[in-house]
Amino acid sequence: MPDVIACRNLRKYFADVKAVDGLDLSVASGECFGLLGPNGAGKTTTIEILEGLTKPDSGDVEILGLDWRSHDRELRERIGISLQETQLTEKLTVFETVRLFRSFYRDGYDPEELLRDLSLDEKRNARVGKLSGGQRQRLGVACALVGNPDVLFLDEPTTGLDPQSRLQLWDIVQRFRVKGGTVLLTTHYMEEAQRLCDRVAIVDHGHLIALGTPAELIAKLEARNVIEFTSEPPLSQSVVTAIDACAGASAHKGGWLLRVHSLAEAVPQLIAAVEQEGAKLVSLSTHEASLEDLFVSLTGRELRDA
Amino acid sequence: MPEKTRIRPAIVELAITRAKEFVRESEALFWVFGFPLILALALGFAFREKPPDRVPVAVVAGPNAAQRLAALQKSPVLLPSIMSEQDARDALRRGKVSLLIEGADTVVFRFDATRPDAQSARREADDALQTAAGRRDVVVTREERVHEQGARYIDFLIPGLLGMNLMGTGMWSMGFTIANARMKKLLKRLVATPMRKTDFLLAQFLSRLIWLLIEVTVLVVFGWLVFGVRVNGSILLLAILCIIGGFSFSGIGLLTASRARTIEAVSGLMNLIMMPMWLCSGVFFSYERFPDSVKPIIRLLPLTLLNDALRAVINDAAGLTQIAPKLALLAAWGLITFMIGLKVFRWQ
Repeated sequence: MPDVIACRNLRKYFADVKAVDGLDLSVASGECFGLLGPNGAGKTTTIEILEGLTKPDSGDVEILGLDWRSHDRELRERIGISLQETQLTEKLTVFETVRLFRSFYRDGYDPEELLRDLSLDEKRNARVGKLSGGQRQRLGVACALVGNPDVLFLDEPTTGLDPQSRLQLWDIVQRFRVKGGTVLLTTHYMEEAQRLCDRVAIVDHGHLIALGTPAELIAKLEARNVIEFTSEPPLSQSVVTAIDACAGASAHKGGWLLRVHSLAEAVPQLIAAVEQEGAKLVSLSTHEASLEDLFVSLTGRELRDA
Repeated sequence: MPEKTRIRPAIVELAITRAKEFVRESEALFWVFGFPLILALALGFAFREKPPDRVPVAVVAGPNAAQRLAALQKSPVLLPSIMSEQDARDALRRGKVSLLIEGADTVVFRFDATRPDAQSARREADDALQTAAGRRDVVVTREERVHEQGARYIDFLIPGLLGMNLMGTGMWSMGFTIANARMKKLLKRLVATPMRKTDFLLAQFLSRLIWLLIEVTVLVVFGWLVFGVRVNGSILLLAILCIIGGFSFSGIGLLTASRARTIEAVSGLMNLIMMPMWLCSGVFFSYERFPDSVKPIIRLLPLTLLNDALRAVINDAAGLTQIAPKLALLAAWGLITFMIGLKVFRWQ
């Protein structure tokens, strides 16, 4: 099956920054693909190039086998987009907004039906200006879905939303996929990528630094767990990496993040090492390895602070 | 199964939603309807029909003062009073009196020659003093005063205000909406749909059209009821003229807002474009006062074209053939600016 979204050697430089620097991506039909990376990694520039809103400096883009330069209008009919920071007209109601967007498409959903599907029917007559963040975001997605697209592009769909609104949005994306839709989304929440995406591309400074299913990516860490600890005085790198069960270590908030194969082996060794160095343990916690840890191990920086 | 929502063509949806948005914007309503009415009312009363004010003149105290005062009081246009020399000079300097009359045997008129009322006061005072001293007129004259509807200041003003309002609302509604939508990334979101770009821009104008006709009606009816300003020409022609004028300024507004990234930038540009027309295009006073060398340029400005045509229809009952050249030029302004605006338009 041909790729629904494909780009090769994509490049986009702005005056002071290489936003996208030689990116290859391909997304298969029915797939949910996540672009994961910190703010400023080039996610938005990438997705806007794929959406045909930004022209790349070089590289090829094909969506549904078509080129933006020759099939703009047809592609617009077949994709749905939610931008990161669109402010829809505040003085219009939810229903008026969806009906307006519906009028741009040849085919699509009945606005009433769509509002029911997205649990926005109670807010049908509310002004957009009066909506909560989660409702606004769902309205944004409603406007993206109203043309019954084959492909859905979502740029940071859940940034700044409360957990419940985030779950509602994930549910909408899942239902779109059940109908056979293809999704490309950007996020800087690894949990979102892990829960929602079949495959994830981790990008940093416009480069692809890792690509695969969330499970594959986490497997790359060669570690099941992560120990986060600080001591007084801090341990040196050579002491930390000497621990047998340690697959890798990154400095973190004055202490260390230790990626380990086995907690049972690593924790006693770590405590012994702390004692041996004559240091005092200040804090210690553990968690299961995640995409966040992969990003840290690849870049030495954290997704959210980067 | 509930009935499906009827989906109207995009241009209709865009125009309707834009109109709704406008009604829900109370400040905008004031600027379109309230402001021109208040302006017409204020100016109309300031320049209402009344006998010309008497011009105050000062007679400097002295041996002849009482006699001169009596002579001057016979004039229907002078308001003389006796003052000490110092007071009289102060009053003249401050503009409280237009003319100062002094001197012993020779009457001395002291006045600022650049003030028209001082000039006429001087002539009037001279006449009054000469007549009192026994001068006899050799030719018999008689006055006949004209007071024709269509020649008053308010008759001049109402079409000017109409033109100014069409310019202001046309440009602002276009410029503000576009800059605002661009700033909020709404334009970007819209071009991410299959919407036709011309639909969006034409819809802005179409939704304006409804308000434009109401706005014009309100001002014209107001002028007629309050000041008796009648539309002497064809109402239909007036409507066509207003629509073309509205379109013209929407086009100019579109071009003005076609690239600006912020509301502030658009506001600045709008004022830069509108200010010369407020001053030169004969809104409050006739542009005939400007030097001959610049008049041909002034006549080509869109607001001048509109104001001239409005006055021709409202005051002089001009027909289509008489205003056709102006209409064509006005439409050309709109068409050309609309096309350039569309070409250079920044959607994101």
